[in-house]
Amino acid sequence: MTALPRMDTTPSACPACAAVPAAGRLAALSAAAGGRIMLSLPGVHCAACISTVEGGLASLPGVRSARVNLTLRRVSVDAEPAVLTETLILALNRLGYEAHELDAGLLSATETDRQGRDLLMRLGVAGFSMMNVMLLSVAVWSGAEDATRDMFHWISAAIAIPTVIFAGQPFFRSAWAALKAGRLGMDVPISLAIILASSISLYETAKGGHHAYFDAAVMLTFFLLAGRYLDHRTRAVARSAAEELAALEVPRAIVLREGTEQVLPVSAVSAGDFVRVRPGGRMPVDGIVTEGSSEVDRSLLTGESLPVYAGPGTVISAGEVNLTGPLTVRVSAAGKDSSLHRMADLVAIAENARTRYTSLADRAARLYSPGVHLLSFGAFAAWMWITGGDVRFAINISAAVLIITCPCALGLAVPAVVTAASGKLFRKGLLIKDGTALERLAEVDTVVFDKTGTLTLGMPEPTNLQDHPGGVRAVAVALARASSHPLAMALAAAGGKAARVSAIAEVPGYGIEGQWRGHRVRLGRAGWTGAESLDVTATYLSLGAASYAFTFADRLRPGAEAAVHTLAAQGKKVMLISGDAEGAVRDLAQRLGITDWTAGALPAEKAAAVARLSAQGHRVLMVGDGLNDTAALAAAHVSISPASALDAARVASDIVLLGRDMAPIGDATRIAAQARRRIKENFAISILYNVVAVPVALVGLATPLAAALAMSLSSITVSLNALRLK
Amino acid sequence: MTILGILIPVSLLLGGIGLAAFFWALKNRQYEDPQGDASRILTKDWDDRPKP
Repeated sequence: MTALPRMDTTPSACPACAAVPAAGRLAALSAAAGGRIMLSLPGVHCAACISTVEGGLASLPGVRSARVNLTLRRVSVDAEPAVLTETLILALNRLGYEAHELDAGLLSATETDRQGRDLLMRLGVAGFSMMNVMLLSVAVWSGAEDATRDMFHWISAAIAIPTVIFAGQPFFRSAWAALKAGRLGMDVPISLAIILASSISLYETAKGGHHAYFDAAVMLTFFLLAGRYLDHRTRAVARSAAEELAALEVPRAIVLREGTEQVLPVSAVSAGDFVRVRPGGRMPVDGIVTEGSSEVDRSLLTGESLPVYAGPGTVISAGEVNLTGPLTVRVSAAGKDSSLHRMADLVAIAENARTRYTSLADRAARLYSPGVHLLSFGAFAAWMWITGGDVRFAINISAAVLIITCPCALGLAVPAVVTAASGKLFRKGLLIKDGTALERLAEVDTVVFDKTGTLTLGMPEPTNLQDHPGGVRAVAVALARASSHPLAMALAAAGGKAARVSAIAEVPGYGIEGQWRGHRVRLGRAGWTGAESLDVTATYLSLGAASYAFTFADRLRPGAEAAVHTLAAQGKKVMLISGDAEGAVRDLAQRLGITDWTAGALPAEKAAAVARLSAQGHRVLMVGDGLNDTAALAAAHVSISPASALDAARVASDIVLLGRDMAPIGDATRIAAQARRRIKENFAISILYNVVAVPVALVGLATPLAAALAMSLSSITVSLNALRLK
Repeated sequence: MTILGILIPVSLLLGGIGLAAFFWALKNRQYEDPQGDASRILTKDWDDRPKP
């Protein structure tokens, strides 16, 4: 992603006013939205950040309070209605944090949030009753008899039955859904074991029997809920792609009607209207420029690293950023028909097309469920035949078999490893959003990189500064300081001393002009300065009759070389597919030693290229950041995007790279392969344990004590094995 | 063994209080930001005097 013009460099006293002169009217519109503003802060990561952000926001006039949520990387601001979101974002930018507005209405009461609290509450109840029932069960196992044992059983029942009914609901519900659909999921044997264990125990208690499995029923619920909660936590980090894309869309546009400017919601704009877009603003609609000249940054949509000239007749797409001069645009498509929306549709299609990946856990469940049912029913039938019709005994045996085949180890086998691996990768700077992403990452054999914003930082760096005489450099720097164009900003930052240039003026869409020692000096486009155009990224300075070219290269992301080399060393095929011009892509590919590269690819072509590779049987890892990559990210087997990427791209990808350094990608593939091995080991442990325990249960020797021991031992073994991950 | 008549209700009551506290914490959204809470304890703000 190309560096957007920073508003705080605008040479105006009130940056917000320069960027949005219609601030007063916008304020009136935002007031209706209420006082709570949600901002996404991808950069916060530590205790100091929390104090800086909260302190900085609280010191602004009109802000009542601000609270950072570090887990979600958001800040929620309680402010008076007069406070503009733009003001807050500018204040945060000045503090050094990137901030984006989030639609509070879309995000406030998310379904995943509610589900997480619900699971946690059930987990708490199950834990509470597990401890109490176990206390009573230990007394029974150590020899309580007759009336005491019966009383303990009754108290256990009074605790366990309501617990199972309340805490077991997630399993019962999904088992019922599976049965209705005619499938046998993992949850059917689980529910059956829980229900059978509780009801048999209740019956035995009423009859004054010796064995009750209340502790087993509750423990099963607890361990399985723990697995389910871990699973939920890893998935809850992901947010819906559609929501984020909607939040990206510009909600308001300045429309020219009957000679006056009106601020209207984009939904009220229709084709044929004239819309005014100020410098720094994002295009709200698709259209054609009718008035004004400027440059537009298309990097988010196409991956082009250089701003493009826009004058009357230029076709504009929604989502592009206007850089230097005000533009009037005749609307050709707005809202649902705009290209931004079509891009969102492209992502939705690609996501649907992604073949549902069957995780190792699913495959295990597919074998496990029918096996367990057959075994348990077989035990029942066999003991009915042996005992000559003792239903109570036969049911007891089949319940013991169901309990002891212990799906808890299976239920923990995957979530425990995924949580351990995600934690490991998080500390290295990678956020795993999808539970199966690790497994898919372990299978990858081809890696496709995007260029701008992914392998490079999207920040141009001057390359031939030292070739020019000092005086020339000083003039260029003086002119460059007056503009917020990315190239000018890079030049101003790197160039050093500035010369005394007077009468500096920016000519939108062309460059900057001034007077130096009686000469007219110009810095800008080749044609305008009278210089010969080169085929690399460059800006040109005309000084009297002479002209000088300042060339630029995109700065390489730290760790990009290391990541490419590690991946290549692991035997993976590395490719580069970019929407940028051929020269820039060729340069980068040579620098990184990538032989397989494509330039000028459109978003749909990128997705098609990924789909073609998949069709050839390759497992593709896509690494990209722009809106133009989103479809390809969604189409790939697994995808990674950097944190600087657009929200939409981050949402479409399975893994987010939090830091600037790219080297962790090499580690990620290694850890993923290791995690996959651990998951398989955990399954092996569960199977081994069943091989030992099931015959014991089948011959009718399994006591509640044996079941409890076996269940906790196997669950702890798989959890410990998961922690062995390095 | 009559002491059981007191001890069992007491243990259930104590456990129940713990469970109620857990529910209260959950309802009060104390588990919303575990990472932030872990970091907040390290900030130097209000180290010398309580937050007003």
